[in-house]
Amino acid sequence: MTATTATPVVAPSGMTNSLTTGRLPRWVPWTLLGASWAVLLVVFGMVAASSDTELNVPAAIFLGTVLFDVLLFVTAYLVEGIRQARDRFVTSLVVTAFILALLPLISLLFTVLTNGLARFDLAFFSQSMRNVVGEGGGALHAITGTLLITGMAAIISIPVGLLTAVYLVEYGRGGLARAITFFVDVMTGIPSIVAGLFAFAFFSLLFDDEGIRFGFGGSVALSLLMIPVVVRSSEEMLKLVPNELREASYALGVPKWLTILKIVIPTSIAGITTGVTLAIARVIGETAPLLLIAGFTTSMNYDLGADRMMSLPVFVFNQYANPGSNVDPYLERAWTGALTLILIVMALNLIARLIANIFSPKLGR
Amino acid sequence: MTTTATPPLRAKVRRADRVFSTSTVVAGILILVALAAVAVFLIAQSIPALLADPSELKGSPSSFWAYVGPLAFGTVWAAFLALLIAFPISIGIALFISHYAPRRVAQGLGYVIDLLAAVPSVVFGLWGIKVLAPMVTPFYGWLVDNFGWFPLFAGSVSGTGKTILTVAIVLAVMIIPIITALSREIFLQTPVLHEEAALALGATRLEMIQMAVLPFGRAGIVSAAMLGLGRALGETMVVAMVLSPAPVISFVLTGSANPSTIAGNIALNFPEAHGIEINALIATGLILFAITLVINSVARVIVNRRKAFSGAN
Repeated sequence: MTATTATPVVAPSGMTNSLTTGRLPRWVPWTLLGASWAVLLVVFGMVAASSDTELNVPAAIFLGTVLFDVLLFVTAYLVEGIRQARDRFVTSLVVTAFILALLPLISLLFTVLTNGLARFDLAFFSQSMRNVVGEGGGALHAITGTLLITGMAAIISIPVGLLTAVYLVEYGRGGLARAITFFVDVMTGIPSIVAGLFAFAFFSLLFDDEGIRFGFGGSVALSLLMIPVVVRSSEEMLKLVPNELREASYALGVPKWLTILKIVIPTSIAGITTGVTLAIARVIGETAPLLLIAGFTTSMNYDLGADRMMSLPVFVFNQYANPGSNVDPYLERAWTGALTLILIVMALNLIARLIANIFSPKLGR
Repeated sequence: MTTTATPPLRAKVRRADRVFSTSTVVAGILILVALAAVAVFLIAQSIPALLADPSELKGSPSSFWAYVGPLAFGTVWAAFLALLIAFPISIGIALFISHYAPRRVAQGLGYVIDLLAAVPSVVFGLWGIKVLAPMVTPFYGWLVDNFGWFPLFAGSVSGTGKTILTVAIVLAVMIIPIITALSREIFLQTPVLHEEAALALGATRLEMIQMAVLPFGRAGIVSAAMLGLGRALGETMVVAMVLSPAPVISFVLTGSANPSTIAGNIALNFPEAHGIEINALIATGLILFAITLVINSVARVIVNRRKAFSGAN
C-alpha cells in the first residue's frame, strides 16, 4: 500500500499501519521549529559578529518562526497532501501569533528588570524628589500619592460597585436594570483621559479654579474607571450563588436584606475580593487622568484635599519627559519606577488569583 | 420595587429591607448620573472653546475644527493601524488557546496573555520609546529605501523611530489581550456537537474551525475587534511618549511628520495650558468621548443580541 502512494518521500518500507502512513511523525514539527530557530540565530549571530552590533534575538526568533511556517507547509504538502498541509500551515500560523505576542512581553519584562534594578535601592523608597537635581532622590512621595489616591478610589468604588451588583442580581428587573447593565458595559470603554478631563471639568467649575490640581479629584477620576469593573465582576460572582441557599434562608423567615448580607455575599466573598483586587490593579497604573487632575510635584503631600499630589505612573512619565541636563539619573529613576509599578500590579494579580484559588467555595464542577 | 407585590398576600414591609433595597437602587442610579455628568460637564467646559476666537488657540488655526481635524484623523488612523496589526494575531492566539493548545496548559497560556493587559500603559510607553523605536528604525530605513514608491512609505525616513507606525505597534500589543480574551470566550462557546460533527465527516482541524467555529463566532469577533478599537482610540500615554507630533493630516507611516491623537495631545499640552486652551482641550476630549461611546455602544449591542440568540451565558 505504501508503495503506491504518489509521494516518494514516504520511504519506510517496513511501515504497514495504514492509519499512520502518509502522515508526518509527531516529532517533525517540533524539530523543524527548533532547527529554524537555530538556523536564524546562527545567521543573525554571524551578522552581528561581522557588523559589531548586538544580537537581535527577538527578530531572529520571529524570522525563524516564519521560516518554520514555510518549511512545515512544504514538508506537509509533499508528504500528506494539500488539505493536511493547509491545516498544518494554519496550526503553525496560530502558534506564530502566540509567540509574536510573547516577544514584546518578554522583551518588556526583561528591559524593565535590567534597567530598573540600577536604582532599586533604599533611597528610592525612602526619599522624595524635593530639592533633587541630577542623581539621588526617590519616589516615596509618588508611592504615597499612588496609595492614597488609589485607596480613596477604592473606598468610593467598592460600595457603589458592590451595591449596584446586588441591585442587578437581587432586585433589578425591567428598564432600569437593563439601562444600568448596558451603561456599565459602555463605561468600561471610557478612555481614561476622558475620566481625568471630567474630574477636572467638574471640580474646576465647582471651586471656580481653572488651575485646580488635587489628589481627591484623581480618586474621583479613577473610581469612574474602577466602578464598572467592580460591578461586572461582583455581578458574575453573585450570580454564581445557588438559588437554593437563598430559598432556604427565606424559608426560615430571614428577611431579604439579611439573606443578602449573611448568605449571598459571604458565599461569594472570595470571588468579589478577587474582582476588587483586579480592579485596583487595573487603575493603579493609570497615568493620564492623574496627570491632568492630580498634577505633579516633587514634595510629599499627605492631604488628598489640597495641592498637587504625585503618583507613581506620573512620576515615571515625568522623569522620562522632563529630564534635567544630565539625562541618565532621570531615566534610571523612570525605569525603577516602572519596575516598582509592575511589581505592585503583578503582586495584586497574584493575590487575586490566590484568593480565588484558596477561599472560593467548592462548587460541584 | 419588589415590595409592590399582589395586595392580598402581602409580606410585612420591614424598614431595613426598604433601606437596603433603596440604597442599592441609589448606587445603580448614581452610575447613570455619573455617566450623564461626564457628558454634561465636558459639554459645559467645551462651549467657550467653540465660541472663542480661533486665533487664541494653540498654533492659531483658522477655526476650532481646523485644530481638531488633524488630531481626530490621527486618533482614528493610529487606532485603525493598531487594529489591523492586532486583529489577526489576537484571533490566532484565541484559536490557539481554545482549540490548538493542549487542554492542560491552555489556561496557563491564557494567564500569560492576560499579563500583557496588566502592564501599565506608561511602562509600555517607556518600552516603546527606549526599546522598540531604536529596534525598528533600521527596518523603517529599509522599507523607505525599497518601497519608497508606495504612498505609505513616501518621503524621508524618521531618524528616531518616533513614527505613527511605532505607536500603532505598541497600541496593538496593548489591545491584543482584550481582543484575545473576548474572542477566546466566544470560540469556547461553539457547540461541541458542531465541532464533533465536522471532525466525524473527516474535516481537518482547520476545516472544522472554518465550518463550525468561525461562523458561530462571527458577531462576537466583530464586537471584540470594536472594543479593542475603542481602547486604542483612547490610549494616551503611549502616544504622548512615543510620537513626535505635528499638526498635519498624513497617511505616511515612517516619516517624521506624524499627526498626533486627541488623547496624546491632551496629555502633552494640558499641564501647561491656561485660559481658553484648557476649554479647547476639553472640547477635543468631548469628541473623543463621543467617538468611543458610539463604538462601544454598537459593540455592546452586537454582543448582547448574540447572547440572547445563542442562549449561552
